[in-house]
Amino acid sequence: MSDKSTMVVDGNEAAASVAYRLSEVIAIYPITPASPMGEFSDEWSARNCQNVWGAVPTVAEMQSEAGAAGTIHGALQAGSLATTFTASQGLLLMIPNMYKIAGELTPFVLHVAARTLATHALSIFGDHSDVMAVRQTGFAMLCSTTVQEAHDLAAVSHAATLRARVPMMHFFDGFRTSHELTRIQKLSDEQLLSLVDDELIRKHRERALTPDNPVIRGTAQNPDVFFQAREACNSYYDATPGIVAEEMEKLAVLTGRKYELFSYEGHAEAERVIIVMGSGAQTVRETVKALVAKGEKVGVLTIRLYRPFSIEHFLAKLPRSVQRIAVLDRTKEPGAIGDPLFLDVVTALTENWEGPLPKVVAGRYGLSSKEFTPRMVKAVYDELSASSPRRRFTIGIVDDVTHLSLPRGEQFDVLGKDVHQAMFFGLGSDGTVGANKNTIKIVGTETTRQVQGYFVYDSKKSGTITVSHVRFSDGLLDAPYLIEQADFVGCHQWEFVDQVDMLVTIRDGGTFLISSPYNPEETWKRFPIELAQQIIDKHVQVYVIDANAVAHEAGLGRRTNTVMQTCYFALSKVIDVEQALGNIKRTIEYTYAKKGAEIVRKNIAAVDHALANLKRVEVPSSAAGHHGRPPVVTANAPDFVKRVTATIIEGRGDLLPVSAFPIDGTWPTATTQYEKRNIALEIPVWDSSICIQCNKCTMSCPHAAIRAKVYDEPDLAGAPEGFKHTTYKAEPFKGKKYTIQVAAEDCTGCRLCVEVCPAKDKTNPRHKALDMIPQRPVRDAERERYSFFLELPEVDKKVAVAKGDVKSVQLLRPLFEFSGACAGCGETPYVKLLTQLFGDRALIANATGCTSIYGGNLPTTPYATDTNGRGPAWANSLFEDNAEFGFGFRLSVDTHQSYARQLLQRLSGQLGDELVKALLDSEQVGDGGIEEQRARVVALKDKLAGMSRDSVDVRHLSALADYLVRKSIWLLGGDGWAYDIGYGGLDHVLAQDRNVNILVLDTEVYSNTGGQASKATPIGASAKFATAGKATAKKDLGMLAMSYGHVYVARIAWGAKDAQTVKAFMEAEAHPGPSLIIAYSHCIAHGYDLSQGCNQQKLAVDSGAWPLYRFDPKRIAAGEPPLVLDSGTPKGSLREYMMNETRFRMVEKMDPKRFNKLMELAEQHAKRRTETYEQMAKLVVSAYGGTQPAVTTSTEAE
Amino acid sequence: MDLSTKYLGLNLKHPLVVGASPLVNDLDQVRRLEDAGAAAIVMQSLFEEQLLLEAAAAQAYIEVHENASAEALDFIPKASEYLLGPDEYLEQLRKVKAAVKVPVIGSLNGVTASGWLDYATKIEQAGADALELNVYMLPSSVTESAAVLEERTVEMVRTVRSKVKIPVSVKLSPFYTSPVNLVSQLAAAGADGFVVFNRFYQPDIDIEQLEVRHSLELSTSAELRLRLRWLAVLSAKVPGVSLAVTGGVHTATDALKAVMAGANAVQSVSAILKNGPSWLGKARDEMALWLESREYESLGQALGSMNLAHCPEPQAYERGNYMRVLRTWTRTNLGW
Repeated sequence: MSDKSTMVVDGNEAAASVAYRLSEVIAIYPITPASPMGEFSDEWSARNCQNVWGAVPTVAEMQSEAGAAGTIHGALQAGSLATTFTASQGLLLMIPNMYKIAGELTPFVLHVAARTLATHALSIFGDHSDVMAVRQTGFAMLCSTTVQEAHDLAAVSHAATLRARVPMMHFFDGFRTSHELTRIQKLSDEQLLSLVDDELIRKHRERALTPDNPVIRGTAQNPDVFFQAREACNSYYDATPGIVAEEMEKLAVLTGRKYELFSYEGHAEAERVIIVMGSGAQTVRETVKALVAKGEKVGVLTIRLYRPFSIEHFLAKLPRSVQRIAVLDRTKEPGAIGDPLFLDVVTALTENWEGPLPKVVAGRYGLSSKEFTPRMVKAVYDELSASSPRRRFTIGIVDDVTHLSLPRGEQFDVLGKDVHQAMFFGLGSDGTVGANKNTIKIVGTETTRQVQGYFVYDSKKSGTITVSHVRFSDGLLDAPYLIEQADFVGCHQWEFVDQVDMLVTIRDGGTFLISSPYNPEETWKRFPIELAQQIIDKHVQVYVIDANAVAHEAGLGRRTNTVMQTCYFALSKVIDVEQALGNIKRTIEYTYAKKGAEIVRKNIAAVDHALANLKRVEVPSSAAGHHGRPPVVTANAPDFVKRVTATIIEGRGDLLPVSAFPIDGTWPTATTQYEKRNIALEIPVWDSSICIQCNKCTMSCPHAAIRAKVYDEPDLAGAPEGFKHTTYKAEPFKGKKYTIQVAAEDCTGCRLCVEVCPAKDKTNPRHKALDMIPQRPVRDAERERYSFFLELPEVDKKVAVAKGDVKSVQLLRPLFEFSGACAGCGETPYVKLLTQLFGDRALIANATGCTSIYGGNLPTTPYATDTNGRGPAWANSLFEDNAEFGFGFRLSVDTHQSYARQLLQRLSGQLGDELVKALLDSEQVGDGGIEEQRARVVALKDKLAGMSRDSVDVRHLSALADYLVRKSIWLLGGDGWAYDIGYGGLDHVLAQDRNVNILVLDTEVYSNTGGQASKATPIGASAKFATAGKATAKKDLGMLAMSYGHVYVARIAWGAKDAQTVKAFMEAEAHPGPSLIIAYSHCIAHGYDLSQGCNQQKLAVDSGAWPLYRFDPKRIAAGEPPLVLDSGTPKGSLREYMMNETRFRMVEKMDPKRFNKLMELAEQHAKRRTETYEQMAKLVVSAYGGTQPAVTTSTEAE
Repeated sequence: MDLSTKYLGLNLKHPLVVGASPLVNDLDQVRRLEDAGAAAIVMQSLFEEQLLLEAAAAQAYIEVHENASAEALDFIPKASEYLLGPDEYLEQLRKVKAAVKVPVIGSLNGVTASGWLDYATKIEQAGADALELNVYMLPSSVTESAAVLEERTVEMVRTVRSKVKIPVSVKLSPFYTSPVNLVSQLAAAGADGFVVFNRFYQPDIDIEQLEVRHSLELSTSAELRLRLRWLAVLSAKVPGVSLAVTGGVHTATDALKAVMAGANAVQSVSAILKNGPSWLGKARDEMALWLESREYESLGQALGSMNLAHCPEPQAYERGNYMRVLRTWTRTNLGW
């Protein structure tokens, strides 16, 4: 049994627990995978948890990591003990301040969950490319290899920096360590207190800037002195390794846990040694144990203190017997002689090794959390045994281009027999991961067994598949890699049998538990042959339970985790069944007590019923007759999609060789259409007889899975059975045939379309023109119908756009479809509309965030092409620079166009004056104008094709001719980008006179990283880093933009007034200068049923929480007020709007008094804002400056 | 004038009690009610169904997004002080209890057997002086008979009674086939008192949107009649239990009528919402004045004076009442 000195935590919590208790000021900014460290700090501070000195640390969220670093720098200068947490791009943004903090010899610890830097692609996963990119800043770098170390070395860092005065970066591997759940020994407050020297804290405070004893720092120095002054810190760096080593010894005395700057494990006379840093060191250590036991002379040197690199300590640990060394780097420095750790080791040896130098080779492993396993470690040692080992290699991938990779070698299992390994496949929404975390906590706190949990998620935000990797053992568990030999595999969703290869890792004789709606015999029959054959070949014991039925019977709906967890305990016997059940029930009581006796009773009933319904499957000896698993992409997919994308979808992306990939991160678009995810349990069905043909359903669909078309009657020839149609009633397509069609396999079942549908059956208003029906029974028929629908001709775009109303525009083909966005997403309808209107000529610059994840995360991407092969060209640069990035698009496109026009003039003699004049003079108004210009460009290209290629002008104009057609530049991102981290750039781009369109999808929080407050968060809303409810008003970004006068600004909410949304998009795009659209986007972070998103948007607008307006500078010249308010005077109740959302309601539940106060402030603020807008909507602004009252006033444009 | 009364074993200075309402959600308001003269305060009902729905909603709209993304393990901040479910109610009950000296009566509307019992116990533990069981439900089942439903209610009261020590009353709806029989069964099962009658949200129809709308209108004095009749019957036929009226008391006269019909306590909500807390003191003083001017010695003299057992014309409460009303409505005064 464990005691209070242990806790089951992940690496982030382990590090944050120490950092929080040893700090006074914490400045934070969210970034994966370090966000939880900031969140824990904020949560503890909100709960008034104290640091070791009995004070509550001050936690402040900043606008960016650069802001957090600046704040920390200031706090340190003013004498606080400060800390922060970050990763990846965030760390890069801190670099300037890191130089300053180090240059000023300031005690400080920065905790980093090391993550990949974005290069050819972004990756949220772990490697050392970020920490290696700051190794030159003057920070000491201390690396933890396990969760326990992340706790212990955090303490060592805080203690050592005070003594050394050199700031420390304490880092551990992102995800692998930051997110691995395990049991660790906890450092008590007393232990922490005894580690940090109070006298050193006094000295730190003494150095603080204070007018009571003024000094000056940050001077500017000249060539005469800078150099010498820079060298003045040297002795502090020389002393640092010794200090860190001593602090490690102090910790060892306190806790018995011994750490060294460099530690060696393995054969005392090792001939082959691997040098490594980070979680991979655990894997190497365990492999070395196994190899040494077999008599091999191998060893491993783990580096903990990487900077300052102590050659003395390093050499002291390296066995003199070593002949071959492989240095493993978890980063890539293209063009360098070697990756950084390797170069350091070589230098250290070359300068100091006595005798013949060992042969040193460089290996690269584990980029972006690529698996690093014992078999790979063994492959490295095998390579070192080769007569001539490769000087440079990679391990863990197949490089068939530059042939750097080592063979992965044979399976090599180093885990003891006592280790139990279980994998669970679930959906993000079914609670599987949460249940497994519970299991780990139960075993971790109720037994002496060691526990480990690591969780893998796919990159879709709806229908996410999760895989839990859970290990238990009697001894230590040093296995920082995914399960390779599962004793137990649990499948919590029946549908996975045809989608996921779940038994690839199961060991011979392992147990497979599946939740199945069928009895054991029927279940077996319905297994695909691949699964059935694995079961037979590996002698797998199969158990089934209809977990949905048991949960349903117990009154738990679809929440099957309690049922599955119970069966797991019963089958796996990781702990005594009776004890396990008792523990589960106790956990249930603890977890659900607050929710009431009935919920506790239901869960306990589920536990009791689970075992009674668990059945064993008799496995026959043959799998003959079973169906084959269906392909993961459709038959019409292009070769690349079938070859590469499909492999990734199947979960076998690790097997793809280097040659399979584009060299520069360029990928084909329009690939979501080939991945039929079938995640909706229910889909909408259309009743054409009731439909009023408003197309609000297609407008609202976040996934472009419900579509409308008008076409001519003859086009219906060959329509599949049941293909629905009616006659279209509205101009300009009156009399044509009309169909609403659902892409059944792509729909997420969010219900937004059904909720927004205004057409009710008069005799039975419960029945609407759209109702939800089960997807499975209609899947095949609907697939055929959708396929026919796609073949129907597209609407004439110029006619639909010229009409410009919602229903006409929604007949346009979306060029953004089936993204991985959440079911019911409030952002994607805007993105889809953008592509319907302008997708054929749009370049999209996308800030990092939800938009870039559902817009560009592999395996498949949603931006699509029209019948001419045109569609949005999309790229993501960074989070912070998107406005500038998109601005660059505009500069380039304008430059191309300008040069093309110049070339036209130069070549007009050859091309014909008439064509040239038409090309140059075309205003390209509307889609008609663009169509005409495109035709001219075709004519131009034809002529150019007949001209001599010897002419530079002809060659250049041929390449640039398409730029004579207007391009539409869009800058997309969320409020975190536009209001916070990217605001400086956004503001600058607005201040220019270039034609860019900025679309801010405002969810009022950082959605992608888990709901942290931004400056867009409204008063009274609870968000992470503003748990108690935000006390200040939402920044009025629109007002700031309007102040320039030349910027088109619109504030929209499609769910409240879709006509205004469409109008704003068209006006913004037509505006020749910068445009800003601020779009209300409901989000899961608001905490309510998103099928009600449109209703909430209406309430937001009606209550004054979200006024709608359009500010069009062109009205200034016309002598009209540029601002038009599209929402009337608020009539609804702000309280009603707010009370529907958990983000507001929880503030009331926490502190009703504060809530009422905030509510009052929110009401006042909304009132004041509306009044201001109403005043402004009456002002006619003189084109020459100054203002004059309007002759006539209007608050409604239409 | 001695207006004191005994309700559910609690000694009240007078019969005017604040009925179950949202008024108790604001502690300042609660103190004002006491200062204005409330003899006791009934908490708003703890609705188990709402708690179940909230828990289901939390699961469906919040928990369902947890542990589903590598970048965001959750989306709503964790706050230890975020009171969910009954905790919020119980905490408010504790605060109200601490804020006032007058008795505080808990109120509970359960839907499941375990819910009734669990929450009744918790309300007692939170310090309630008595507990009102609001047994309102909407029986729309085709197969469950009235007897089955009534038996379930009786069983529930028996169980709760056996687990809690504080007095327990049952708040009834007016729609029982044999209310007196039911009340006597409930009394036998241990109910200490009865509150007549519950008022409900009534649906309305929006003919434009084809939607059902809900609202609760404030009561009027006209609603008192139904209650007077059944107070008169119950106080005569089921002696030994406490009775409270709720719904339709808007004046001191209304209150006096209720007492004369047999009410030990008079619960008021609408009148307070309409007139403010000061209504309590005003109605109390007017009752005293009326009694004094009619030379009553105490309110006790009037208690039940007009019930079925004591009123000069008992048949007026029974079938005869209907006949008499018809007889007194002549063509002339109906305006034909």
